Amino acid sequence: MTGSPGAPLTSGAPDLAPALVVADVSHSFGEVQALKGVSFTVARGAFTALLGVNGAGKTTLFSLITRLYDSTSGTIAVAGFDARRAPGEALARLGVVFQTRALDTDLTLRQNLRYHAALHGIARRPAEARIAEVLALVDLADRIDQRTAALSGGQQRRAEIARALLHRPELLLLDEATAGLDVRARAEVLALVRRLIRHENVSALFATHVMDEIEPADNVVLLHRGEVLARGRADSIAAAGGDLTSAFLSLTGQAA
Amino acid sequence: MRTGWTIAFSGIARREVLRFARQRERFLAALVRPLVWLFIFAAGFRSVLGLSITAPYETYVLYEVYVVPGLCAMIQLFNGMQSSLSMVYDRETGAMRTLLVSPYPRWFLLGAKLVAGVLVSILQVYAFLGIAWLWGVKPPAIGWAAVLPALLLAGVMLGSLGLLISSTIRQLENFAGVMNFVIFPMFFASSALYPLWRMKESSVLLHDISALNPFTSAVELIRFALYGQVNVTALAVVAGCTVVFFGGTVFMYDPAKGLWRKRTG
Repeated sequence: MTGSPGAPLTSGAPDLAPALVVADVSHSFGEVQALKGVSFTVARGAFTALLGVNGAGKTTLFSLITRLYDSTSGTIAVAGFDARRAPGEALARLGVVFQTRALDTDLTLRQNLRYHAALHGIARRPAEARIAEVLALVDLADRIDQRTAALSGGQQRRAEIARALLHRPELLLLDEATAGLDVRARAEVLALVRRLIRHENVSALFATHVMDEIEPADNVVLLHRGEVLARGRADSIAAAGGDLTSAFLSLTGQAA
Repeated sequence: MRTGWTIAFSGIARREVLRFARQRERFLAALVRPLVWLFIFAAGFRSVLGLSITAPYETYVLYEVYVVPGLCAMIQLFNGMQSSLSMVYDRETGAMRTLLVSPYPRWFLLGAKLVAGVLVSILQVYAFLGIAWLWGVKPPAIGWAAVLPALLLAGVMLGSLGLLISSTIRQLENFAGVMNFVIFPMFFASSALYPLWRMKESSVLLHDISALNPFTSAVELIRFALYGQVNVTALAVVAGCTVVFFGGTVFMYDPAKGLWRKRTG
């Protein structure tokens, strides 16, 4: 790492490097091969859906990108920084919303966000200003001193998105961020993510198994049993089968 | 000006203190446990367990006086295991991921969490020492200051052991096993409750096991420090074990090697 992870970089990543490059990544758990030569790119400012059923390898891939463990082979680069060789720089540019909710329910929203800001080396005064800013973005400013246990499922998800944005990441990783939410909360979270891409200068990799959450112009990476079966614009992939669901079933060999 | 590292450390420490403050029953439990030993167990044993002059004491001491340093170490032992429990809980709830995706190195994050937990345990020890003082156990004034670094080091060793154990526990339900196989043997086979020379009279094997038990060294480090002295052997053992336990923890939490290699989905 070059200096403190919270400090500006001294070694430059190419300014125009994609938000995420996953190149020929494989990973095994003992005998079970969870990912097989996965490759794709998330362009800057793009919303990319990582589409796959449960067990496709989405969470494993997210764990590799976030350095919870190392891939068996291949490389991952976040905004031009190799996740293995420069993990501090890569992680500093990632904002993560995990599949399982990870707010500290003993603490208030403000305390949770202060903790996260500290984990990214942000001093108290700028942290307070940024907390107010991100809570306004996710429409939770009035809940700042409420314990997170008292927030609804949708509010907790929005709070986690606010937390992921706090340190101004270049790439948001959202792992099944709408799981367990009702229809309205799901729509709110999705609309929020799309709005953030337009206004906050971030890119997003959005793991999901729900076809309805994908729009025709979205980039899609279709992951099945650890392999990328298709990648490209959703409407291009859908063209093969008439709609995205039919194309998905056809590509994964599940068509009737 | 504070650097990112100190900001990160103080953030982790603040979270531990906030969580501790919210869990008042945890503070009470941590305090009641040694007080039960002091008020009941020690009072009962006072008449049957005579103690001759043994370092660092310069005269015959009452059993209550002997047992207090061991009970200080007991607070830290339970706190270390509490940290272990909290790590497993954090892992199950996902809170651990929030910590580990911070851009700071993993050794620093684990070390900061460890030291933060130890600082909380030191508050508990001082509260216990205050009550013991009212009970008549009055170490010299210098001991109150001298015991601080000893508590810090002993706490870090026991906390490191807790973290190392946490890396091997897959589910919260398995934690009961830790109680049976780590805490109780470590505590009873040590010099916390009885001096090693008394143990030798009844079993040489138990004496040898107790002498090798790193918890004995933690107890003796605290005991000597409480009386303004340094037990060099105990210091070396505690420092060495800290390096081994913490090194093992960092290894187990390394992305390329340990804990997180298990399948998560």
